[in-house]
Amino acid sequence: MTRKYTEDHEWLEIAGDIATVGITDYAQQQLGDVVFVELPSIGKKVTKGGDAAVVESVKAASEVYSPATGEVVEVNSDLEAAPNTVNDDPHGKGWFFKMKLSNSGELDSLMDEAGYKAFVEGLA
Amino acid sequence: MRYLPLTESDRRAMLAAIGVPSVDSLFRDVPESAWLKKPVEGLPDHMGELAVDRALTAMAAKSVTAGSAPFFIGGGAYKHHVPASVDHLIQRGEFMTSYTPYQPEVTQGTLQYLFEFQTQVALITGMDVANASMYDGSTAVAEAVVMANRVTRREKAVVSGGLHPMYREVIDTHARFLGFEVVAGRIDPTSAEDLIDRIDDKTSCVVVQNPDFFGNLRDFTKLAEACQARGALLIVAVTEIVSLGAVKSPGEMGADIVVAEGQSIGNALNFGGPYVGLFATRDKYVRQMPGRLAGQTVDADGRRGWVLTLSTREQHIRREKATSNICTNSGLCALAFTIHMSLLGEDGFTRLAALNHAAAASLAGKLAGVKGVEVLTGSFFNEFTVRLSKPAAEVVEALAEKNILAGIPVSRLIPGRDDLANLLVIAATEVNTEADMDALAKGLTEVLS
Amino acid sequence: MSDWSKAVSAFKSAGEGAPTMTGNLGLQLEEPLIFEQGEDGRCGVDLPPVPKVESKLGGLARKGRIGLPGLSEPQVVRHYTRLSQKNYAIDAGLYPLGSCTMKHNPRLNEKMARLPGFSDVHPLQPVSTVQGALELIDTLAHWLKTLTGMPAVAMSPAAGAHGELCGMMAIRAAIEAKGERRTRVLVPESAHGTNPATAAACGYIVDPIPANARGRVDIEAFKAKLGDDVAAVMITNPNTCGLFESEIIEIAELIHSVGGYFYCDGANFNAIVGRVRPGDLGVDAMHINLHKTFSTPHGGGGPGAGPVVLSEALAKFVPMPYVVQEAGSYKLVEHEGEGGQNFGRLKAFQGQMGMFVRALTYMMSHGADGLRQVASDAVLNANYILARLKDEMSPAFDGPCMHEALFDDTFLKGTGVTTLDFAKAMIDEGYHPMTMYFPLVVHGALLIEPTETESKDAIDQFIAVLGGLAQRAKQGDQADWFRAAPRYTPRRRLDETSAARKPILRWMPETESKEAAD
Repeated sequence: MTRKYTEDHEWLEIAGDIATVGITDYAQQQLGDVVFVELPSIGKKVTKGGDAAVVESVKAASEVYSPATGEVVEVNSDLEAAPNTVNDDPHGKGWFFKMKLSNSGELDSLMDEAGYKAFVEGLA
Repeated sequence: MRYLPLTESDRRAMLAAIGVPSVDSLFRDVPESAWLKKPVEGLPDHMGELAVDRALTAMAAKSVTAGSAPFFIGGGAYKHHVPASVDHLIQRGEFMTSYTPYQPEVTQGTLQYLFEFQTQVALITGMDVANASMYDGSTAVAEAVVMANRVTRREKAVVSGGLHPMYREVIDTHARFLGFEVVAGRIDPTSAEDLIDRIDDKTSCVVVQNPDFFGNLRDFTKLAEACQARGALLIVAVTEIVSLGAVKSPGEMGADIVVAEGQSIGNALNFGGPYVGLFATRDKYVRQMPGRLAGQTVDADGRRGWVLTLSTREQHIRREKATSNICTNSGLCALAFTIHMSLLGEDGFTRLAALNHAAAASLAGKLAGVKGVEVLTGSFFNEFTVRLSKPAAEVVEALAEKNILAGIPVSRLIPGRDDLANLLVIAATEVNTEADMDALAKGLTEVLS
Repeated sequence: MSDWSKAVSAFKSAGEGAPTMTGNLGLQLEEPLIFEQGEDGRCGVDLPPVPKVESKLGGLARKGRIGLPGLSEPQVVRHYTRLSQKNYAIDAGLYPLGSCTMKHNPRLNEKMARLPGFSDVHPLQPVSTVQGALELIDTLAHWLKTLTGMPAVAMSPAAGAHGELCGMMAIRAAIEAKGERRTRVLVPESAHGTNPATAAACGYIVDPIPANARGRVDIEAFKAKLGDDVAAVMITNPNTCGLFESEIIEIAELIHSVGGYFYCDGANFNAIVGRVRPGDLGVDAMHINLHKTFSTPHGGGGPGAGPVVLSEALAKFVPMPYVVQEAGSYKLVEHEGEGGQNFGRLKAFQGQMGMFVRALTYMMSHGADGLRQVASDAVLNANYILARLKDEMSPAFDGPCMHEALFDDTFLKGTGVTTLDFAKAMIDEGYHPMTMYFPLVVHGALLIEPTETESKDAIDQFIAVLGGLAQRAKQGDQADWFRAAPRYTPRRRLDETSAARKPILRWMPETESKEAAD
């Protein structure tokens, strides 16, 4: 399994043609306490860079962009009752949705873990 | 100038501290071509309190006030008695001269009354949750339609012919600019339209009013079921909130969104505003609801307190993706509503409603006996429609000459329909005496003979 | 011995370890919800018995209780008086909320608004019986048009944001009347959130324009975004940084040159009233927040009023209804004949009459001369604050400013104290905080608007407090002290996170809320 990252601070973990998507630890720190997550509906067609979900803190609402093109096949509905999971475990239990990838070629432009780490350091 | 504390010597000292020779130099970023060198022409100079008071009192005297004549006009704004303590309390400077409660530590008063307001609105409408108010009933109904479009991701609203014509115009205006479709119901004084047939899989919502513009009361339980079956929301508008003290609530009928004009409780007629829009819905739609919300929480010492919450729906955070562009609501009018409702309580509110209904029923009985008057509305709360033997607009003018304010000619709101020209919508409330009603019956007898 | 403290009805809110039995602290009184005080059989009004008539409710009578509490009048008066005492207000102190214009609210305005000839008049009375009310609307319209130098005004919008909607709808109607289709509206990043929300509510795509280093619209970026698909630019002037857009005339000419319109957000008109007429700047539409410039009370969040002045190009699209004068009497146009171009209706009835009366009272009291002085003093006060605090705090931009002074949080750098903490410490010193974190284009913004109704003494005191707090922050090691503020308010900092995660938006009877929790 490989993990890739976007400049909008989403991660995706790829297993075959299915990818799990979430937001990074850096993103959750910037947002502060997450109070609400709006998940896509299953079956929603998402495009790379297009709106997929919304994550809200008390004072901010951010779009979560889809890191790739495809179709949403599963959502983490546990987040509806426990949005704090995004803060507590952003790279694990705090995942947002799973998608079936339709264009694996797009993934090449995403960063790997080392690349993302350098990218975040560059933001400070 | 009595409202400006700075003296000339203050101004000089302040300019010196800033290091500029004159106030003009503080305006140096304004293009010089746009500078006015002296006060705007065509307007008078300042006036003392007495002079302003005299001028405006003279202007006010040119209107006939509702309290000075037998008065039967409703149509979305009603004359009720408001207890003296309401106006006293809302004029306390701590309420009146405070801002939106963005700093909760120093605005617990406002936040707590908004929480009480939200609770009262939820209780009387029979809904789960209500917001901290909208501008008025007409804008609330348009916001409700936009919300229903958002919830259902559909863009077609079915609007009852019984909805207040001005409310319908507000929806139509939003439809034009947001590009959603409005299916207009049949305008019919007995409300015999069947809206269930108009619902399809593209319908986002059905908008009805209870009692409707003509005064008809209807049970929308079946309509609510039909909406639910097709995935549409039922929006019930109430323009006379006092009715909910006597009539089955929209929540009980299965409404998804209830919007109402709250003016009747706590607020004067004010020639049309400011009023207070009520907006209530089901828990599951709360994050799609427009407007501000006060919520309960605890402070750093664990004590119960209130804050504005779920603000991420709003324009100051969400900007172009907000649920609405609304910012200011009707804070002080909502306070007036809350205080009046607290004074009424269960017993007062239900009795006030019963008095209104009794007044209207009694008036309808009296008018049914007048030659040239036919009462069209079978079941109603405090307002009903009559067909006259002459055009209603002329009759209303003739009665105004006799110092009777008789009601609303339907033609004023819906012009150009011959079948509606003789219809008059008449309201009666607890302020109407037997003598008022006899005066109307006598006046109508004279004008129609 | 009986434990008397147990007989004191301790409010749940008082908490363990409170210094008093009641949770009260002298004049600072705890107050439960109205729903926790009611008793059946009590009522705050005396209504006559209901006469016996045959019900006409058609079987739709309400069954069962609503659940409203019963209280007598003295209880209700005391409850709301106590709630009022938990609020900060202009009447009690300086309220420096930038972009909100918290100026003194004259009480004559209240008295005039309650004259029965204005307050006890129904919007659908025969027009012959409401001549005085229509005269008031027409007179206010005359003042607004004269002060702005604009030929027309739409009076019905209920608030500033509603006025924005009105202006943008008029613009879109004008564009459609020319048979054009335009999709974009340009909005500066520093704009108030209502601007992009309004453009979206009007069916437009919002295209942001960045600010330049001087806190103004970056005119080169603006030029680059112009095109024949641009419907309008929405610019606040003076802008949300408290600065006058010095290139405003050029901006107006540029937007007109591509066939677009200039919407001016008039939220800050109070800074220029009587000194500059927006009509001379090329504005096509501008709303005026009567509750800001013309001092109708903010009322804890409304009601407001947002009349919109319109240029000749937009005048004929004004929404229904409007007042006209014909043969010595006033008429109300509520419907237009065929060929009319009004864009529709924004609201039932004629507008926020109660606010109109207050605003006109304010205008007549000040007169043309006094209104000019209003702008001058408001700008003077803000610049005085900017000048006196420029060394202790960090101005976001070079002066002069207009009616509000904007600082960023550079002066707090390295102190561990945030803008929020600084603001909360002001509360303990007896001040309402300034606007924080707005505009978004400035880091940790602190936006201070003193208004013209503060005396020099009051402003000097305020400056001393801010200066003192800034000094304290910079001493170092003060972050915890600031973070603990406020300490002396009815409530300390509130937990907004749990309020949003598990919203409690209404009171529930004890039994029901327990069931809901299970």
